[in-house]
This record gives sequence, structure tokens and C-alpha cells, in this order.
Amino acid sequence: MEKDGIIQGCKVLLIGGSAGSLEVLIQILPMLTRIPTFAIVMILHRKSAEDNTLEELIAVKSNIPVIEVEDKTPLQPGNIYIAPSDYHLLFESNDILSLDTSEKINYSRPSIDVSFESAAEVYGESLVGIVLSGANSDGTQGLLAIKSAGGFIAVQQPESAQMAFMPKNALEATNPPYILDVEGILTFISNINS
Amino acid sequence: MINDRELELLINEVFEYHGFDFGGYSRASLKRRVDRLLQLDGFEKFSDLLYRVRTEPTYFKRMVEEITVNVTEMFRDPLFYKLLREEILPVLATKPFIRIWHAGCASGEEVYSMAIMLQEANLLHKSLLYATDINPLVLDTAKKGIFPLQMMKQYSENYMVSGGKKDFSHYYTANYGYAKFSNELTDRMVFSEHNLVSDGSFNEFDIILCRNVLIYFDKELQDRAFVLFDQSLSKLGYLALGTKETLKFSSLGKRYSQINKEKLWKKME
Repeated sequence: MEKDGIIQGCKVLLIGGSAGSLEVLIQILPMLTRIPTFAIVMILHRKSAEDNTLEELIAVKSNIPVIEVEDKTPLQPGNIYIAPSDYHLLFESNDILSLDTSEKINYSRPSIDVSFESAAEVYGESLVGIVLSGANSDGTQGLLAIKSAGGFIAVQQPESAQMAFMPKNALEATNPPYILDVEGILTFISNINS
Repeated sequence: MINDRELELLINEVFEYHGFDFGGYSRASLKRRVDRLLQLDGFEKFSDLLYRVRTEPTYFKRMVEEITVNVTEMFRDPLFYKLLREEILPVLATKPFIRIWHAGCASGEEVYSMAIMLQEANLLHKSLLYATDINPLVLDTAKKGIFPLQMMKQYSENYMVSGGKKDFSHYYTANYGYAKFSNELTDRMVFSEHNLVSDGSFNEFDIILCRNVLIYFDKELQDRAFVLFDQSLSKLGYLALGTKETLKFSSLGKRYSQINKEKLWKKME
């Protein structure tokens, strides 16, 4: 639901990104204070390694608690969750996250499309998805799924992205109502459910 | 894409007609796998899939093969293998005989990894590796010990990170794009179909490895599997899980002690 240009009733905000997306997050995260009414789930293309460097980096920059995702981690408002390396992140119907090591999609695991599509089925119109900078076409199908399930979609303005391909590809295929530069993304997120 | 009701219908029919119970599988993943199968085999309607699954046993077999996830690699998570090599094998070495169970082994890459480490520790001659899976097709691949040659570069890197000192190519013969692993390794392996949902304990083991299998189960079925592993582990035996799996939420958790915050637990009583 949208009222005066502000999204209401959001339960989950999905952020998908690849090359150049971490820089965007590092600018935005320190400015976000609390998100008591929804959860943020990030699906970022990352090196296939078993360390938690990305989680640690995001936790350092963020005022919002970052929860390490393990199998069957409960999804709760107020927190940030990050898809672990080398697993697809899926959403179960009872607000539980599950993991899957099946084939890479768009050369990626985690794949943005896989998580976005899975969340769209469970959260429908209570879902918001953003695709950030990247050099891959991952994310586009996922945004389409969110859109057709009644959720909200936004894309980083390609000119503001280090790698324009991914947002541009998403933009052309999905015609999103929100095309945002970095500052716009911050305002957009801060206004959710406000 | 199928809806929730159709998925439940398929689960029920599969149980009724073939006795396989997917009722405890995590729905999000299972649904993706069924959607993928519909697309792969070009079904226009869900009811067509349902009909074939009901009436054609060979198609049902194909369905099981396709909806279970069989992605695996040698020395997957090499630091885990380093821990096994450096901390656990020396403990197992004191036993007269070592029994190992790879539950849900898929095409067997991790079983061969273990056999290689046992051989390097001079323990393979007194070890037996039981490797089981629900899917007979992947077990056939595992038995043959033949894997795509193109994977060997990655596996060789994993092997080195796990603490391997040899030239990895010493373990296989390359031919026509495939790598055939040495019979010395395969000779110590026993392959068998086993369903973690419905089959029971069949031996007592010193270590059970079940990595990235339980993520496909809901909590209830995970608990059932943990009980089965508990019944199948010797005292002071080890249970190894995947990098994002945990024994923390299971009632068995308190009788097991976690090793170095790794995904490895020791049965204490």
C-alpha cells in the first residue's frame, strides 16, 4: 500500500546488489537508525568463501543489528539479514529463512532472482525490492515477480551506479516507479512505514 | 509455477503411490525444484506432471533425482577438512577400526575426499566408509569414482587448503575429459540407498558426515534425523554438519560438545 508516496505495510525490504553495491550500502547504512516494523534482507554477490567478512563490514557500518543467517533462522523486524556465501536464501511461509545449495542462477549463488521470487510468493504486497549496482542481469526476474505479486520495486539510477548494467537491465524490463540515486535510496528506505 | 495446494497434493500422491514421504521437506526449496522440473520436462499443466508421477514408476524415479539437490564438491569448505585432518583423524587413529557414514553423499565427492585424507594418514586400510543417498542414480556415479576433469583445478586448490601436500593428480587418471579416482580408495567404500525420512540405523559409526542435507528438511524432520544419527554414533563419536547447519536447536544439543566453533560435534554421553 502506498500513501502520499510513502510505502506502508512493508514487512520485508530486499536489497539485491553486485559489483559496486557495497559502496552504496556503506554510504546509506550509517544514516539509517531503526527499522522497528520491517526486516532488511540483503542478497549480495560475494566471493564463494566461508568467512563472514561481508557480515562484519556491514555490521560495523550499521546501527541496525546484523543477524548471521543459518538454516531456519527466524526473520524478525528490526534486523538486517545477509544471504550467506554459496547458498541461495529462501523464505518459508512462517517467517523462517531457509538455505539451498542448488545450481547457480545467473552464475550466482546466492542469486538475487531466487530470493526475490521466493519472498514474493510469501510476502506479496508486503514486500519491497531494490536492485543496486552490478554487472550481471540477476535481479530483473526477481523484481518482475515482486511486481506481479503486488509488491513495490525500486532500482538504483544507473548513472549513479558504479556498474550500470544490472540496474539498467532491471529498469528496462520492469519500469519501476522508483529510480533512485544514493541519497534517494536513503530517503526511500527511511520513509518505509513512516 | 505451482501453488501451495498443488505442492501438497503432489507430496500426498507421491506418498500414497510410491511410499516416499516428502512431507517433512522445506517447502520453499521443494517448490522451486518442482517448478524447475515442470520447466525442464516441458509440462504445460501441473496435472500432467501429477499423472506421470502416479502412473510411471520410471518417471517417478526421475522426479526424485531432479527434486533432490545433488550439488557437491571435493574438499567442500576446505578449512573443515583441515580440522578433520589435523584434529579428528589423530583421535580416530587410536581405534582398531574406523567406521564412517556419509549420509546424503550425492555423487560422492566428499567420500573420496575423506578416503584421500585417510590414506594420507595411513588409516585407510582399517577404515570403512559407508556412503548413502536416497537417489540411486547419484550413487552409481559415486561408485564409479569418475568426475569431470574440468573440476580438478578447483578440487586441487581445495585439497591444498585442507592441508594436502601431494600433487592432487596423483589420485586420479585423466581420460576423455574425466578423472577416474584410484580403486584403492573405492575399495574401502560401501554404497547403499538409504532414506533419512524412513530408514533406521544400520551400524555404529565413529563419525557421521551429513553436510547440506538437513537444510532441505523442516525442523521436525531434522530432529528425526538427529535422533537417527545419535543412535548410530558410538560414544565420543563425531557428527559433522554443513557450514550453516546447527545442532543448537535440537534437544540432543546438550549431550554434544561443539569443537572449536566449527560444524563438528562430539557425542559426550
